[in-house]
Amino acid sequence: MTAFSKSKYLEIYRKMKLIRRFEEQALKLAQDGEISGSLHLYIGQEAVAVGACFDLEVPDMITSTHRGHGHLIAKGGDIRYMFAELMGRKSGYNKGKGGSMHIAEPALGILGANGIVGAGAPIGVGAALANKFLKNKKVVMTFFGDGALATGAVHEAMNMAAIMNLPIIFICENNQYAVSLSVKDSCPLKRLSDRAKSYSMHGISVDGMNVEKVYNAARDAINRARNGEGPSFIECKTYRFYDHSIGVDKLGLKYRTDEEIKYWKNRDPIKLWENRLIKEQICNKKQIEEVDNAVEEIIIQAIQFSRESDYPPPQDALKDMYSNNYDDLPVLGWIKIKK
Amino acid sequence: MRELRYLHAVQEGIKQEMQKNRNIIILGEDIRHSLRGITKGFFEEFGGERVIDTPLSEIALVGAGTGLALSGVRPIVEFQLSEFVFLAFDQIVNQAQKLRYMSGGKLSVPVTYIVPSMGSRGGSMAGQHSDITYSYVLQAGMKVVVPSNAYDAKGLVISAIREDDPVMVYLPAKCLAKKDIVPEEIYTIPLGKGIIKKAGNDITVIAIGHFVQVALDVADITGEKGISLEVLDPRTLLPLDKDLIKNSISKTGRVIIIDDSNKTCGFASELAAFIAEELFDYLKAPIRRIARTVVPVPFSAPMESFVIPDKQELIDVVHEFDI
Repeated sequence: MTAFSKSKYLEIYRKMKLIRRFEEQALKLAQDGEISGSLHLYIGQEAVAVGACFDLEVPDMITSTHRGHGHLIAKGGDIRYMFAELMGRKSGYNKGKGGSMHIAEPALGILGANGIVGAGAPIGVGAALANKFLKNKKVVMTFFGDGALATGAVHEAMNMAAIMNLPIIFICENNQYAVSLSVKDSCPLKRLSDRAKSYSMHGISVDGMNVEKVYNAARDAINRARNGEGPSFIECKTYRFYDHSIGVDKLGLKYRTDEEIKYWKNRDPIKLWENRLIKEQICNKKQIEEVDNAVEEIIIQAIQFSRESDYPPPQDALKDMYSNNYDDLPVLGWIKIKK
Repeated sequence: MRELRYLHAVQEGIKQEMQKNRNIIILGEDIRHSLRGITKGFFEEFGGERVIDTPLSEIALVGAGTGLALSGVRPIVEFQLSEFVFLAFDQIVNQAQKLRYMSGGKLSVPVTYIVPSMGSRGGSMAGQHSDITYSYVLQAGMKVVVPSNAYDAKGLVISAIREDDPVMVYLPAKCLAKKDIVPEEIYTIPLGKGIIKKAGNDITVIAIGHFVQVALDVADITGEKGISLEVLDPRTLLPLDKDLIKNSISKTGRVIIIDDSNKTCGFASELAAFIAEELFDYLKAPIRRIARTVVPVPFSAPMESFVIPDKQELIDVVHEFDI
């Protein structure tokens, strides 16, 4: 257990709160029709992203998932450009080309969220291999869920990372469901970190609602990676309070009991952390409120920024496909035949 | 003037580029001992950090190529067989090929895939070792080059490596042994530029890969009968040299496309559609395609010959035109 400085305790709270408020407002914007498409909300899992990413430097890299807003914000993502991307504006991180599931900002080491479960892991392995080759001391953190443990991509990635002794940390966010599939029906292990043994990799399982536990495991793994001691696997047991996505929510699939949801909502990681800060007199209610207000201000301004931003002109759909351009690329779907 | 076999021309191109640019890493299966021959001697010259044998993990192999490319390295990924592309299909068309676009240009994936096609020049490799797979990735807008001779092979592979987008370099097995004059120095052949291998007036034959030589041989045969073939080698399938094709067809008015991949939705289909759409006014006759019968390649030799096009099919189709 590390004793943090007071400002560090508060910063951890602030980051989790920022993610929570972002997600809650994104949900509202989607319900009001200002965000199109699907959203996969991170609500309830904030301790994982914040704890895991806290000790990463800006040049360190992450790969994220379809449920990735938490990772992106924890890695330093600017709330304005995130809302703008979700709202399809040209000022978004990716000019509206990617949307929620594909946000990328290499300047922050964010190699991209990914719409395909497990696909980020092999890409993360490649980045780690590059870092080892270039001897640049950077590490890679690759996120995926319990469902992804069943994919070939994650297996191959973990296997290769172990063989090549790469500076990579595999974070498995076990929120216990892959859409409606319980982790019990997806993985025969009770402790998902037992998987790491089969790759001769360091593995640990932690309470994903306890941000300090996540932080400690991540800090050790980051140090291990940076010191050339190879890959690590961290299972963070957590829960998503909302349904898989806003689309699935509308279907009203009953794969979780109300009791189970209630149990986990009582373990809200932000509330747990706030209670601890108050109880241990690390800070008082007023300081918490100040942080809340500051977070709210950021959110409000970011949404305003996005609302005031232009949509990209339709012809921008033809841009950014290739680095090296040629006359007839990208291939057009239709052309005017000159008579 | 020095002659090199096609395989060695490719090898020399990659080697010289790796000597020039220390940020190039090559990955694949059995590349240290060089099963396929392309990377022979590379491990000894460049060492284990730059020449990597991966486990049998095509998903991780291609994904690693993408991650390397995103992180300041210029990777070359060798597939042992062209069908292994199927194993990594998501990582190729849904990840590597899309990341630049989806990121609004922020991510860049300068990876080169080297794809040897049929495992043996003699054939009889049966259904899962005989495919030519570029049509599957062309649909995703992936750049593809198919050199037909040793000289083009060296220049095109170097250009492909230098290209900042994913490029698939297909090396037809039937080209691998053929010798040609190949300059010793580094040189490039630009992507998107085809070439007229033999000028003619009556029929444009657009031939891909090893069929270029077949078309040239047929041109000699039919030339004696008074039918003049113009043999066009696109060299790059995407981006396609549309101007070269237009110039040729506006002259001849007739076209045969001969391509050794499956007929349905194959590259010949794409060419035919483009010609019909944009060059219709020049056509004196319907477009003809010669491609593979859509069955898995059968093992036994007489059946294999039946499904894979050859010289005789081209001669027969030439004679079906009214000239």
